Amino acid sequence: MGYLRISRVGKTFESGSRRTEVLRDVDLTIDRGEFVSIIGHSGCGKSTLLNLIAGLTEATKGGIVLEGREVNAPGPDRAVVFQNHSLLPWLTVYGNVRLAVDKVFRGRKSRAERHEWTLHNLDLVQMRHAADKRPGEISGGMRQRVGIARALAMEPKVLLLDEPFGALDALTRAHLQDAVMEIHARLRNTMIMITHDVDEAVLLADRIVMMTNGPAATIGEVLTVPLPRPRDRIVAAGDPACLRARQAVLRFLHERHRLVAAAE
Amino acid sequence: MQSTLARPIPQAAEQATPARPASVTRLRVRPPARLSPGRRGAGLAARLLPPVVVGLLALAAWELATSGPGATLPPPSAVWRDSAELILHPFYVYGTQDVGLGWRVLTSLERVAYGFGLAAMAGVLIGAVIGQSVWMMRGLDPFFQVLRTVPPLAWLPISLAAFMDNRPAAIFVIFITAIWPILINTAAGVRNIPADYRNVARVLRLGQVEFFFRIMVPAAAPYIFSGLRIGIGLSWLAIVAAEMLTGGVGIGFFIWDAWNSSRLTDIIVALVYIGLVGLMLDRLVGLAGRLVTRGTGGA
Ligand SMILES: Nc1ncnc2c1ncn2[C@@H]1O[C@H](COP(=O)(O)OP(=O)(O)OP(=O)(O)O)[C@@H](O)[C@H]1O
Ligand SMILES: [Mg+2]
Repeated sequence: MGYLRISRVGKTFESGSRRTEVLRDVDLTIDRGEFVSIIGHSGCGKSTLLNLIAGLTEATKGGIVLEGREVNAPGPDRAVVFQNHSLLPWLTVYGNVRLAVDKVFRGRKSRAERHEWTLHNLDLVQMRHAADKRPGEISGGMRQRVGIARALAMEPKVLLLDEPFGALDALTRAHLQDAVMEIHARLRNTMIMITHDVDEAVLLADRIVMMTNGPAATIGEVLTVPLPRPRDRIVAAGDPACLRARQAVLRFLHERHRLVAAAE
Repeated sequence: MQSTLARPIPQAAEQATPARPASVTRLRVRPPARLSPGRRGAGLAARLLPPVVVGLLALAAWELATSGPGATLPPPSAVWRDSAELILHPFYVYGTQDVGLGWRVLTSLERVAYGFGLAAMAGVLIGAVIGQSVWMMRGLDPFFQVLRTVPPLAWLPISLAAFMDNRPAAIFVIFITAIWPILINTAAGVRNIPADYRNVARVLRLGQVEFFFRIMVPAAAPYIFSGLRIGIGLSWLAIVAAEMLTGGVGIGFFIWDAWNSSRLTDIIVALVYIGLVGLMLDRLVGLAGRLVTRGTGGA
């Protein structure tokens, strides 16, 4: 059956007379609780695919079904951590998370419970200490963490992460990867994460979805990472299965689907 | 209270660590506002002196130019001689029609408050709706650009014909003068809301009203406030035109009345009042804008 089914999805953008076919025939089935990484060259359509799952854009062809129901509009059951955090700068860290909590749990949780739940989710990403700061007053890594807390606080069926750590330094990135792994282990929610980083994909994912280059990109290969959880980055770095997976992804990206420089 | 309590604390902390080259750090950390009283006084004088000098020179030039026999306008000395009462006692009351300029300004401000308040509400709401739609924007923007250039006085006859009554007609003149920049700026602000904020709202499934208050207004606030600032200036510009109709005790009507009874010196005093109040209104809205958009300027 599959928890989340993406069937024969195609997406063509039309602006005036110009048509750009970005995705063609994307087929993927994801299980509940699975962690899937999507990797591919810049501009191939990864964000477009994620936005389709989120319901932020509409598919031109094919369809997406989550838990037996067709996805045709965005909703809090598919929370997104955006590529550039997208916190609202006029709200505090607490206010950003609380907005989501209020919206999703109004009627189901009391005021005090919503307050507690907001703080709890800030705790998950260790950001409670900055609850009263505004996004402009905290670092990029902290903002990304708040973005994750906001998404987690919605208790989504699927958490969609669009290159959440793209703009961060290696240390902060490693720290947040650990945080995401820990949250995934604890909450067992389904996660789909776009990344540019091969090591990140291998470390975090159960399966790595590799996309061919656009236009009309599609899924070129899907690789299962046979690494037991909980995973440790130091152990994983020397693990033969991990090395093989890394090699396979690199081969896909740099030999078989090298980005043609002339296309840019 | 709080600031006087809070101030000694960092100094105490500095004294607690005597090994540090405290004098060096202190000089750097200390903000320029904490200069010694003498130097602060000097700074104040440096700022006040030029405008005072310019003012005095202008008065002298004015006096020279208008004290000749053929002068059509009164010199400053005549203004003082004939209208000192107006300058010295802004809040006198001698009768229902004979009150100080302070009262007149307040009456005018009340009218402006109605006209501008309505313009602000309508301008933000309509601007928000229009800014949401590219086609409405394209269709309506040229008309707004034309309407916005119509001077307040030109609206007067139309307004009178439409309302048949002085009071609403006057408020309408203020309203219709002030609304365009508010509306146009709000629409521009709404159109420029980053797609990311819209996506956040869509994922959260915010309703129309929630979206308006939680996303649209704060995101467009810098634009809205620059529109409001232009709008309040225009409202105040419109007051003389509006009060030519309404009579009563407004500052605008005072000028009209003084002109009809040839009290030129009174008009000059009233002009200074209008200028000062206009400046104050402008600063007030600017300050409100800075308070509201505090911390979000860069976004
Ligand atoms: N709204 C749109 N209208 C037209 N073309 C679009 C639109 N959005 C995306 N595209 C095009 O679709 C292609 C894929 O974009 P997308 O953002 O999905 O790439 P990506 O894989 O996420 O890239 P990156 O890794 O750099 O984020 C690009 O060529 C882009 O120009
Ligand atoms: Mg992208």
